[in-house]
Amino acid sequence: MSDTRPGLDDGLAEALVRTRRYFTKGTVSEDLRTLHHQGGRDADAFYRDRWSHDKVVRSTHGVNCTGSCSWKVYVKDGIITWETQQTDYPSTGPDRPEYEPRGCPRGAAFSWYTYSPTRVRYPYVRGALLQMYREAKSQHGDPVAAWAHVVDHPDRARHYKSQRGKGGMVRATWEEAVEIVAAAYVHTIKKWGPDRVAGFSPIPAMSMVSHASGARFTSLVGGSMLSFYDWYADLPVASPQVFGDQTDVPESGDWWDAGYLIMWGSNVPVTRTPDAHWMAEARYRGQKVIAVSPDYADNVKFADEWLPARPGTDGALALSMGQVILQEFFVERTTPYFTDYVKRYSDLPFLVKLVSTGSTTEMRPGKFLTAEDLGSTPEGTENAAFKTVLLDARTGEPVVPNGTLGDRFGEQGAGRWNLDLGDVDPLLSLEGGDATETVTLTLPAFGDVDGSAGETTATVRARRVDGHLVTTVYELMLARYAGYTPEWQEPITGVPAAAARRIAREFAQNAEESRGRSMIIMGAGTNHWFHSDTIYRAFLALTTLTGCQGVNGGGWAHYVGQEKCRPVTGWAQLASALDWSRPPRQMIQTAYWYLHTDQFRYDPFSADALSSTRSDGRFAGLTTADLIAQSARMGWMPSYPTFDRNPLDLADEAAAAGRPVAEHVVEELEAGRLRFACEDPDSPENFPRVLSIWRANLLGSSAKGDEYFLKHLLGTDSSLRAEEAGAGHRPRDVEWHDEAPEGKLDLLLTLDFRQTSTTLFSDVVLPAATWYEKHDLNTTDMHPFIHSFNPAIAPPWQTRTDWDAWQAIAARFSELAWTHLGTRRDVVAMPLLHDTPDALATPHGVVKDWKRGECRPEPGRTMPKLVEVERDYAAVGAQMGALGPLLDTLGTTTKGVTYDVTASIDYLRAKNGAVRGGPADGRPSLVRDVHACEAILALSGTTNGHLAVQGFKTLEKRTGTVMHDLAAEHEGKQITFADTQAAPVPVITSPEWSGSESGGRRYSPFTINVERLKPWHTLTGRQHFYLDHDWMQELGEELPVYRPPLDMATLFSEPAPGTVGDERGAATITVRYLTPHNKWSIHSEYQDNLFMLSLSRGGQLIWMSEVDAAKAGIADNDWIEAVNRNGVVVARAVVSHRMPEGTVYMHHAQDRLIDVPLAETSGKRGGIHNSLTRLLVKPSHLVGGYAQLSYAFNYLGPTGNQRDEVTVIRRRSQEVRYS
Amino acid sequence: MRVMAQMAMVMNLDKCIGCHTCSVTCKQAWTNRAGTEYVWFNNVETRPGQGYPRTYEDQEEWKGGWTLTRKGRLTLKSGSRWKKLATIFSNPKLPSIQDYYEPWTYDYATLTDAPAQQHTPVARPKSLLTGEDMKIEWSANWDDNLGGSEATFAKDPILQKVSTEVKRSFEETFMFYLPRICEHCLNPSCAASCPSGAIYKRSEDGIVLVDQDRCRGWRMCVSGCPYKKVYFNHRTGKAEKCTFCFPRVEVGLPTVCSETCVGRLRYIGLVLYDADKVLEAASVTDDKALYEAQLGVFLDPDDPEVQREAEKAGIPFDWMEAARRSPIRKLICDWKVALPLHPEYRTMPMVWYVPPLSPVVDVVRDTGEDAEDAGNLFAAVDALRIPVEYLAELFTAGDVAPVDRVLRQLAAMRSYMRDINLGREPDASTPAAVGMTEEEMYDMYRLLALAKYDERY
Repeated sequence: MSDTRPGLDDGLAEALVRTRRYFTKGTVSEDLRTLHHQGGRDADAFYRDRWSHDKVVRSTHGVNCTGSCSWKVYVKDGIITWETQQTDYPSTGPDRPEYEPRGCPRGAAFSWYTYSPTRVRYPYVRGALLQMYREAKSQHGDPVAAWAHVVDHPDRARHYKSQRGKGGMVRATWEEAVEIVAAAYVHTIKKWGPDRVAGFSPIPAMSMVSHASGARFTSLVGGSMLSFYDWYADLPVASPQVFGDQTDVPESGDWWDAGYLIMWGSNVPVTRTPDAHWMAEARYRGQKVIAVSPDYADNVKFADEWLPARPGTDGALALSMGQVILQEFFVERTTPYFTDYVKRYSDLPFLVKLVSTGSTTEMRPGKFLTAEDLGSTPEGTENAAFKTVLLDARTGEPVVPNGTLGDRFGEQGAGRWNLDLGDVDPLLSLEGGDATETVTLTLPAFGDVDGSAGETTATVRARRVDGHLVTTVYELMLARYAGYTPEWQEPITGVPAAAARRIAREFAQNAEESRGRSMIIMGAGTNHWFHSDTIYRAFLALTTLTGCQGVNGGGWAHYVGQEKCRPVTGWAQLASALDWSRPPRQMIQTAYWYLHTDQFRYDPFSADALSSTRSDGRFAGLTTADLIAQSARMGWMPSYPTFDRNPLDLADEAAAAGRPVAEHVVEELEAGRLRFACEDPDSPENFPRVLSIWRANLLGSSAKGDEYFLKHLLGTDSSLRAEEAGAGHRPRDVEWHDEAPEGKLDLLLTLDFRQTSTTLFSDVVLPAATWYEKHDLNTTDMHPFIHSFNPAIAPPWQTRTDWDAWQAIAARFSELAWTHLGTRRDVVAMPLLHDTPDALATPHGVVKDWKRGECRPEPGRTMPKLVEVERDYAAVGAQMGALGPLLDTLGTTTKGVTYDVTASIDYLRAKNGAVRGGPADGRPSLVRDVHACEAILALSGTTNGHLAVQGFKTLEKRTGTVMHDLAAEHEGKQITFADTQAAPVPVITSPEWSGSESGGRRYSPFTINVERLKPWHTLTGRQHFYLDHDWMQELGEELPVYRPPLDMATLFSEPAPGTVGDERGAATITVRYLTPHNKWSIHSEYQDNLFMLSLSRGGQLIWMSEVDAAKAGIADNDWIEAVNRNGVVVARAVVSHRMPEGTVYMHHAQDRLIDVPLAETSGKRGGIHNSLTRLLVKPSHLVGGYAQLSYAFNYLGPTGNQRDEVTVIRRRSQEVRYS
Repeated sequence: MRVMAQMAMVMNLDKCIGCHTCSVTCKQAWTNRAGTEYVWFNNVETRPGQGYPRTYEDQEEWKGGWTLTRKGRLTLKSGSRWKKLATIFSNPKLPSIQDYYEPWTYDYATLTDAPAQQHTPVARPKSLLTGEDMKIEWSANWDDNLGGSEATFAKDPILQKVSTEVKRSFEETFMFYLPRICEHCLNPSCAASCPSGAIYKRSEDGIVLVDQDRCRGWRMCVSGCPYKKVYFNHRTGKAEKCTFCFPRVEVGLPTVCSETCVGRLRYIGLVLYDADKVLEAASVTDDKALYEAQLGVFLDPDDPEVQREAEKAGIPFDWMEAARRSPIRKLICDWKVALPLHPEYRTMPMVWYVPPLSPVVDVVRDTGEDAEDAGNLFAAVDALRIPVEYLAELFTAGDVAPVDRVLRQLAAMRSYMRDINLGREPDASTPAAVGMTEEEMYDMYRLLALAKYDERY
């Protein structure tokens, strides 16, 4: 009879187990299923022991990920064991999610580096160099003479330069390595000039003190600090164009406030890992989420809808959405919230003059109408050319409202620089009225696929004002957008017209109902294209038209790069050594490498290849290099090295002649005896000679055109395959040398804690402390806190913190400089700066080139300012370690607001102690990294409430509106380093930024502009749809416009995407080559980390679609080669149906050091992701000297974009060799 | 009634971003040592996908968990314990290292030490088992984000069970992530498989542990566990597994994987159950009834009788309080939005999951309707990108009804909260349509969306 009770197995087994119940310490359950134990579990001591630790130290990760996560680092017996996230962020409030925990798998794997075999433990010098240096030193005795002996001799120089990247590094002592570095600096400054040395360290926000270390040294000696935000193509150039701001975005906690969220080219779970939860959670509040991505990216999983727009076509989709919004929310019906918003906060009501195209009937938009053009403008009106005009709907009369650039500078504008319209009701539409006439416009258009220039016509309503035929920007927008319908974009993007229309409608409806709480998170997927500025302007049109900017939960949320160094003013004083000398040299890195790695020699097309058909021929016969030279000499963009002569010698010459140095330089230039260095970058006196890199991996990561760097800058082997431009495509103003130089650089110095391509190609490598071995500060745009790095252990082996390493270099430099340099005078060429009256240098954006005889060379107006600076080279060591005296008299200035910081200086003198004796006697100490942290905190309004209040009060004098109450709640608060050690600390609302955190609200940019009527830093003082600079018009980009990805087949004769098979009949496939951010690394950091490699596929990978793989006969995990004119990559294929046909991804910054075999194509080591890319400079990014289109460091400059590239992929032999 | 307390976890898959932070922090804390190189107590799988170790869910192959005999008695799927003892020296159902992956490292030192040479130095992969050069062919997470999907789809045991055809086309791509730790089952088949009696369930909190002193390395637990969450340490020769971080939990800290989860999707709490009912529940005939059966063994800490019995069983008052305010209880028992992983294995697992509310496919979009509007809500659920059948094979032995219900609850929450978000009058009919009150819906929103630290654990 069968037993109906539930039971186990059969009787025999049951009996057996039942018996065992009596022999075990534990309790076997009544039903014999399982065993229970209670208490006293000695056998588990292993796990208890493993969990134990001696201390837990707060630190974070100094990597450009925007995470800014606070971590607990566990230490046992003096050894770092592992890390977990801190959870003690201040609360966001009872009705919101919190920031805890913040972190990602990459950060969780960091401690692996501490003791890993890739750790740089000692100083290393290239063997070939060290040997020659030692020989020379024994011969000459003097280190500087020894360095000269090696590098000034062509054979010796070639000998060690050709060894770069090929092993053979040998250990040296700190003393010797530092001596070589110091000697190289002294020799280079003396022989070639201080602007021939450069420093590269990106992203101060990720570790401000470490960034400031070498930057401070570089600035003190007069070297050039290279930009990074534009170089990384993380700078959205549309931000300065539209907002007059570098970038200011909401913290991730503000996503929660959005009612509608579009993730556009931003793979939030991968690139904003600690923030992604806000998006996931906000959906539970009913937020609708849209993903626009060419592949089924990680974030698509969360989206209610996925719009798989083809790569680089996002602008078309955005323009069509803008067309729907204009049509349905402005034309077909009026939406009061939107109308009120754009009248007050955008340039839509402002008047633009229409000018003849030469045809009798057709016109085109010209310049903004300004007070200059009005008969009613009184004599003596200041800055009339910068006072833009609108029509008052009540009277029909032209009005210059408050808040234009004309009010920002000069006495008359005091108290008037605000957005208070008074009784004025700006007119948007010119519909109706007797005075209105209809005009036919020609507008630029570009081929939807190949980008070729063409034109289109549209009609606008216009009126005559004081004899000028004008229309509003609003009318121009209607005309511009008329053809950009959802139906138009469908064949371009692949997104169904109905979907585009409906998403646009929903986005706007949500904004209308919620008063601006529609948000677009936008990222590198859309920002790294050549024409990203046009893509972004199409995005920003959506958020501005719908009244979302300056509203919590709305607007743009651009997250590419950890750009937000919240205590920016404090950091800037230290990093640029503004406390000792001003101005610093700061260079746009993209142009720097475009010229100095000779990429300009490989452009087989003219600059006007990008012009519109209505061009005035400004770019005709010019190359991009010519435009860079023009931008430099007109003072638009910085250019270092500046002249083809040592600037120290220039100053000496002027002194000898007994006249001001500026006068001397201008005369020499006009006489043609002196030239700009950028007009002859291949001449030896214009080479960059010394490059120091810390906190960065240039050659294994960010070097767009990596193989060009290896060949021309370093003089070692490369896989470069491109051909130089033929005779018809060479520069006009820039000298062409028949033989391109190789090995321009004399010294490459890198400070790092791990081996990278950059360390392997360096001449000197210094061992750095990691992020768990030093004091520093960290902030991000993603959250509003400032928090600290702290040493869990002392720097092990012979490693040192960056702060200590650079002080050692500075000290030795000063010793050698005592005899070799002494005190010299230097002439610094400064570009025309944003947020200063320099922005008034170019009325109406009308370009005049003194070299062409269109005007006189006038420093500070038509050419760079020329500033003489005294450099006491023997005092640099002392200056590094003390806060200098210039702050006492000049204070600090950020974004046009100057602060009196004398109280902070006194505080720091007491807090840090004063230096005793020497050139810095009595000054506050900066000797220790903690001192530097305190100085940063004391000198910024975001961390010092007194300064925030003071800054707002200063600003109030200009705006005439009340703002200082925003910071009043924290007026007495000085955040100390100890505070940041205890927990992340919320920052204080400060005029350094555009949003308010007052009362604990979430940060959203431009809330101060919207709520306190503070103008944007633009021509009109409003957000700009229209840009009237000559070069913008030359490019056909006055208004948002669609420009597709560059056509590499036309420009460079690459095969067209989709081409199957090569000319020899081999199975190949030509595809778009994208390099999005990697799930298993942060740039090149962590991609070599064993944990990340174990969780992925352990080496260089290229993702491709099943369709493309089939065409080229490639199976998953096959070895493949990707080849184009720029270089070669060897990788394994990941084949997946989540990838779209026609596009491959090689995730960003997979260095060549991990499992990369020799390439069949070149016989050399396979490259990095940037071996297939190169720099292409967009002329619109070079514009300067005009309103918001004026230079500031990392604010404006050409981007190092790399998205438009194509490559040929083939399956290679599966037998791979490594040597 | 025999009241026992169980520490349990719920993971809200709808919030999982697949970042693997949990995996790394767990590995750093627990298995970053010789003998456990290949071991991930916590791993995260992309689904569809093969999982780790490969195809572990194919119990026809691996014979993990329990099954019913023809007489309806529960027996280990790999054979009765009697049979196990008899075949102790040959264990045919053990995944090989290749089924996990061959762990490797790189010769990083060469980057520093390389002499002057022709090419740039490179660190080649070296097997951690043999020390030899190797080509990497598999890893703990090889098919992450649908990598190599052609092979993945062919071998995903769940996909093979789903009746609706899942096409591998770009337009219809779907995926989600499944983080996994030991299930700390109420009816652990690993413990039952152990010939040495080394695996036990802690009486006070139900955590399943391997007694390192008693383990003799037979590896029957590895075979017996259908989730393949017991691992063999080849250095010590003993079995090891997720400990639910008991050294942390005992002092009031959440597990490492939970506290470090940046998706904020893990909940830990106590539930009470009736130990006397476990065997009966695990023995119900119909696989699809196992979910409800397991719900039936949980006890209500507010029930006075349960309180009396708990006191008798020696469960302290503060533990009863913990059970009462347990987020796990709310998610599993009150709102029933969390479901067990593979109840058909009959182990009564105690790590449960809120299924992912994935985006809707073009079907709803193309109607031109807003999928968030209450009126379209349920149509939207029917058109989910992830087939409900696939989720049902994971969580309810193939019964789509409970999964469908949970997804509707989540969708209803979004719709209900949208009105509140935009300042409209909330619509009480929305929660009512999924059998919830407005207050319940709001409480569920708080726990899932705000998910404050002290409410998650």
